[in-house]
Amino acid sequence: MAMTVQLDVVSAEEKIFSGLVESVQVTGSEGELGILPFHAPLLTTLKPGMVRIVKQFGEEHVIYVAGGVLEVQPDTITVLADVAVRGEDLDEQAALDAQKRAEEAMQHAGADFNYAEAAAQLAEAIAQLRIIQKMRKK
Amino acid sequence: MAGGKEIKSKIGSINNTRKITSAMEKVAVSKMRKAQDRVAATRPYAEGMRKVIGNVANGSLEYRHPYLAEREVKRVGYIIISTDRGLCGGLNTNEFKKVALALKSWKDKGVDAQFAVIGNKATTFFKRFGGKVVAQQAGSGDVPRLADVLGSVKVMLNAFNEGRIDRLFLVYNKFVNTMKQEPVIDQLLPLPKADIAQKEHNWDYLYEPDPQPIIDMLLDRFVESQVYQGVVENSASEHAARMVAMKAATDNAGNLMDDLKLVYNKARQAAITQELSEIVAGAAAVG
Repeated sequence: MAMTVQLDVVSAEEKIFSGLVESVQVTGSEGELGILPFHAPLLTTLKPGMVRIVKQFGEEHVIYVAGGVLEVQPDTITVLADVAVRGEDLDEQAALDAQKRAEEAMQHAGADFNYAEAAAQLAEAIAQLRIIQKMRKK
Repeated sequence: MAGGKEIKSKIGSINNTRKITSAMEKVAVSKMRKAQDRVAATRPYAEGMRKVIGNVANGSLEYRHPYLAEREVKRVGYIIISTDRGLCGGLNTNEFKKVALALKSWKDKGVDAQFAVIGNKATTFFKRFGGKVVAQQAGSGDVPRLADVLGSVKVMLNAFNEGRIDRLFLVYNKFVNTMKQEPVIDQLLPLPKADIAQKEHNWDYLYEPDPQPIIDMLLDRFVESQVYQGVVENSASEHAARMVAMKAATDNAGNLMDDLKLVYNKARQAAITQELSEIVAGAAAVG
């Protein structure tokens, strides 16, 4: 029987794959990598691409990852996958958006207007109920 | 007849309210279950991350990342996760109270604070409370995505890297169980020592290409995943708190309806008695 190694592919939002594999092929930042059991400890970043897995008993499996980090230990392989393709400028853009929203939110009245209205109505109804309760007790 | 009709319409309106609260309770129950599953799904990533960072922190000594180094605290940053909607008991209020207390103790030491808020409730709170809000995010809905928090996290990471804040905290409601949610303040940066498992070993990774960019990326991802976990956990807490609050509201409405029905029947009987006695008195006067 072929030697196997434990592989975990996880992203921040979910566990994608976990099980024993005979070999793994990934797209590292420096090029394609094939990892077999008892590989030396290795840490590398991944480019968006396929992760080709040969599971125990030779069954093949392909997963797409949008980048991430590959950690290899002799007995375990971990792929910490990103949930989406990332880029420095995209992150920067998201940061700017968040900042802009903060400024807007601090200046303008609550955006969720209908909700505030509904809450006010509910508060009114509760106040009425209290009055009824008081009246009844007299 | 003392407001028989008014009482009846009030009973009707309470009944409608009760229908709404009981529907909200049922919705919250199912959403809470899904949110709990999501909390469980985020754990393997954070654990994997923690393990790798622990190994790296031990192995490569030549490069010390700023996220790992303590420095003198002059300004602090808070990422505050709240819900978008209300009607979930004292969940947000308790959280904000805890933040206000922490801020007071920082203020006494002469330390300024900046905030990144996630969720409408925190936005509204800080608008009233004052304070420098540098990032805002709301409307993630019931299925929060990692992409939703990236902007706010990046703002804070930049602030940390540029020395505008010296410590970064994360505030959210921890889901203990259905009945109990606890507001917690976790330190994100510099990474608390306990988070980095100090396993003794004397090997190092082969790095491709260099250790530095990989460690930079890993630590950024780690902070992001911590914040995302906070968001997911907060969402589970929200639904649990709403479920409890709505159950109490439904029960109260039921009690109120029973009481009002009693009052209504008394008023109805009093009216009949009065009418009868009027007729009898009238008949006696004629006869």
